Amino acid sequence: MIDRHFRRRFSNWLFVAACTLATAFALAALILILWSLFSQGIGGLDAKVFTMSTPAPGSEGGLLNAIVGSLLMCAVAMILSVIIGVLAGTWLAEYGGNTPYGYAVRFLNDVLLSAPSILIGLFVYEILVRPLHGFSGYAGAVALALLATPIVTRTTEDILNLQPHSLREAGIALGAPQWLVVRKVIWRAAGAGLLTGGLLGFARISGETAPLLFTSLNNQFFNADMSQPMASLPAVIFQYALSAYDDWRRLAWAGALLIALAVLSINIIGRVIAREPRQK
Amino acid sequence: MSMTATIESPSTDTVMTAPPRDRLVLEARNLDFYYGRTQTLFGVNLPVERNSITALIGPSGCGKSTLLRALNRIYELYPGQRADGRIILDGEDVLHNGKGLSWVRERVSMVVESGVGPEPVDEENALMAGTDLARLRARVGMVFQKPTPFPMSIYENVAFGVRIYHRKSRREMDEIVETSLRRAALWDEVKDKLHSSGLGLSGGQQQRLCVARGIAVQPEVLLLDEPASALDPISTAKLEETLHELKREFTIVIVTHNLQQAARLADYTGFMFLGRMIEFGPTEELFQRPRMDRTRDYVTGRFG
Repeated sequence: MIDRHFRRRFSNWLFVAACTLATAFALAALILILWSLFSQGIGGLDAKVFTMSTPAPGSEGGLLNAIVGSLLMCAVAMILSVIIGVLAGTWLAEYGGNTPYGYAVRFLNDVLLSAPSILIGLFVYEILVRPLHGFSGYAGAVALALLATPIVTRTTEDILNLQPHSLREAGIALGAPQWLVVRKVIWRAAGAGLLTGGLLGFARISGETAPLLFTSLNNQFFNADMSQPMASLPAVIFQYALSAYDDWRRLAWAGALLIALAVLSINIIGRVIAREPRQK
Repeated sequence: MSMTATIESPSTDTVMTAPPRDRLVLEARNLDFYYGRTQTLFGVNLPVERNSITALIGPSGCGKSTLLRALNRIYELYPGQRADGRIILDGEDVLHNGKGLSWVRERVSMVVESGVGPEPVDEENALMAGTDLARLRARVGMVFQKPTPFPMSIYENVAFGVRIYHRKSRREMDEIVETSLRRAALWDEVKDKLHSSGLGLSGGQQQRLCVARGIAVQPEVLLLDEPASALDPISTAKLEETLHELKREFTIVIVTHNLQQAARLADYTGFMFLGRMIEFGPTEELFQRPRMDRTRDYVTGRFG
């Protein structure tokens, strides 16, 4: 008996130790990445980064054009993907989720969820860039929207499925048509979750490079016209990090740090909103 | 309360002392219910007298809630659930299963009548003859086992149902909200925080808020599915008091596991067992002089 007891305790200890070790390993990698980002990027992060556009090698400059480009394209992409994703997710959760068409939509959405982003970039290049003879911010936004939409769709469906049936029945039992119950009751009850889904989608696309290389390309100069090629943080990082100039590489590190901080804070905000208890 | 005929139908084992026909507001006749292929109600009859409280009792899984959910056809939210038979609200059959086109015919005949006859057509009945489920549910309200306040203010909760069908001025709406909350015996507790969230109320208050929300649309019948099972005794007593008051203006059908509650509240009680209505009659008779052995066993606590 004692032997058995000891064996159980030992295997328990072994298992917990293995889990702890694995966690430490993953966390260590994350901390190393953050550490190198901070130590290398913080030096390049000054006021010029936010006020000047990308420079020629050797001259003064910042990342203003890339920051503005990234923000514009992400904003347009999020508008598109929140509209499409929330509606599609609502349809899956409330209306057609159990029909054959619903199953097909859900399956394809999951496929799209894990589609390589470079394929999305190529796809948009073929349908928007080549026929219109030019790279543009709009094409970049569409590519990013294609990446974010499946995430928003998925989280919307999951969050709506978490809402109790009794809430829907209570609305229907008052004589409200289903769309009104969804819009006024279910969406409101799921509000925090829907917002989190949107933020997660945003966090996902804000660091994407591959789809932008084929769509918005890059732009050395400040440009807020989305029908023209546009700079973006990931694309600038890609170009500058591979360059031979020290000042360009320093800007690349600063840009990488900016993106990491943005994604980190968005994720934290999303968590806080999702965890916030129902208001009193 | 005058009792009339005692009907003992030979086909099923139901013993029934029904209220007089002309006092009925809602009636289920020979109702069968199916969850997919499983039949859960077998030829159930339920007469509901106007301005009374009718209680449904019976062991778990006997079909009380199913019967209740058939009365406003809320089960139709779920594919695979189906009811056969007749449900008559104010003399109109409201259970058209989409089988045949009887409702179309009825509607057409209404139109013909209105073109020819001198009598104005009762528009609500014409709608009822169709399959306007939303309208049906506005006339037959429902309160659930767990409180289901909407994630909005107390005021908006009560106004929600009214807003669907009526455009009211601010003042009229204020009045409706106040009357409804007063009737549900909640007004004094919430009058100073009408615009704070309904989710912040206690369980008992939330349930009375749901009652207020249900009666704000002036339904003819209010269905309650074990409304007190999630409440403490004090909240339960308050809710019961409320229901007793509401009887003056509304008709109430309540499913309950609590026999004392049925005995205290109800004018009529139906005892169900395994999907059948075993006995139906005035509450006192059913509890004091049950005519079926099963009923007696259940109300005396010998099983269930």
